[in-house]
Amino acid sequence: MSKLSKKHLLGIKDITAQDIQLIFETADTFKDVLNRPIKKVPSLRDITIANIFFENSTRTRLSFELAEKRLSADVVNFSASTSSVKKGETLLDTVNNILAMKVDMVVMRHASPGAPHYLSRHIKANIVNAGDGTHEHPTQALLDAYSIREKLGEVAGKKIAIIGDILHSRVALSNIFALQKLGAKVMVCGPPTLLPKFISHTGVLVETDVKKALAWCDVANVLRIQLERQQIKYFPSLREYSLYYGINKKMLDALKKPIVLMHPGPINRGVELSSDAADSHHAVILDQVENGVAIRMAVLYLLAGSAN
Amino acid sequence: MQKKLILDSDLLDITLSRLCQQLIENHGDFENSVILGLQPRGVFLAEIIHKKLQKLTRKEVPLGYLDATFHRDDFRRREIPAKASEVRIPFIIEDKKVILVDDVLFTGRTVRAALDAMIAFGRPAKVELLVLIDRRHTRDLPIAPDYVGKTVNTLASQKVLVELEAQGHEQNKIWLIYNKD
Repeated sequence: MSKLSKKHLLGIKDITAQDIQLIFETADTFKDVLNRPIKKVPSLRDITIANIFFENSTRTRLSFELAEKRLSADVVNFSASTSSVKKGETLLDTVNNILAMKVDMVVMRHASPGAPHYLSRHIKANIVNAGDGTHEHPTQALLDAYSIREKLGEVAGKKIAIIGDILHSRVALSNIFALQKLGAKVMVCGPPTLLPKFISHTGVLVETDVKKALAWCDVANVLRIQLERQQIKYFPSLREYSLYYGINKKMLDALKKPIVLMHPGPINRGVELSSDAADSHHAVILDQVENGVAIRMAVLYLLAGSAN
Repeated sequence: MQKKLILDSDLLDITLSRLCQQLIENHGDFENSVILGLQPRGVFLAEIIHKKLQKLTRKEVPLGYLDATFHRDDFRRREIPAKASEVRIPFIIEDKKVILVDDVLFTGRTVRAALDAMIAFGRPAKVELLVLIDRRHTRDLPIAPDYVGKTVNTLASQKVLVELEAQGHEQNKIWLIYNKD
């Protein structure tokens, strides 16, 4: 039936392939709404959503906020850096205080893996995980897979290489789950120090040569080096990383095949992607951003939609 | 559960022809008029009427599909969120005379939502409503059709079932479904 199997979107791991298809079909109609002269529908007009961000974000937060506003929801924003969290309030207390003001849904980003899962056991409101540490970032994976579906017709059977800092990336893990559920073949590629030890247990191929990965794949999803999460040195220097793992337009053109280049942003130009590659016709990076709003509208609509 | 035939294939054809004549009476050669079928089931009817009108007027009659799902007032009140269908409006409705087409008029709530959804595309000069079956005594809102195929007295517990060939049925048939008491 056309209803999500879960009350929260905590991760891709615990939703089904049918859920993902339903989100895609719903996003199709919202994408249409976003191209109209009046880009707004009144569906969530009696709902209040709190965006609680304990970690920095530009794209995700803006994208969620726009999605909420396009659905006519009331929106309150909260960022940890300017709040009482600094005074020592616990996560549950903070959220319960926000919910006491009659908030129906929570969109949360937190540096600790599992924070939204913990919250979901203690509060009644629907929770959307907007990234929890190095664990999952479900809406990003959904919009990545949706962009692949849009560009290549379908996800099943396609070969997708995720290249870069896999170890610290929540995007990588959510992408692996989403793509595998949709029947794609997934490869991860990066320096051995940035590949999690048991990543092959998820059923992905593992490659350390970026040229081989590019030759194999239909889609290259390139990730940023997450320096803010690296307490020790995983590679000698950014310059060396860029020399061995950076992707430029010459490499893409030399493949002599169509390739779709994706990046969840923010890009560090000149490190994982050169400017000419990021701006080339291979790249769908801005389409991803556009699709992000439609996907998040679909998720919020479907989660809010079923009567409690 | 019992079924009673309200309209059979021949009668439906006559009814639709009459509706088309009435439309031509009011809209002439459709120079400033457009037809909007309501998703999901009104579009089948809109397509039939559209085809007939083009034949009768020998003019291009603009046809679009409107979906009102996101404008419904029962969101969060039903178990499963309603699924939206395609909206296809390949023309400008600003200052046009719009004819909304649906198969059955029941509570009027869908039409209310459709009016809302339509406004997002512009301000029409005039809006009219054409329905194949007008169910009397079941309206929740002050909404009345301008063109009616057939008016039927029904109870809220009864259902009207529209079977069209275009929807994959063998024959065009309209049924009233009711519980035997």
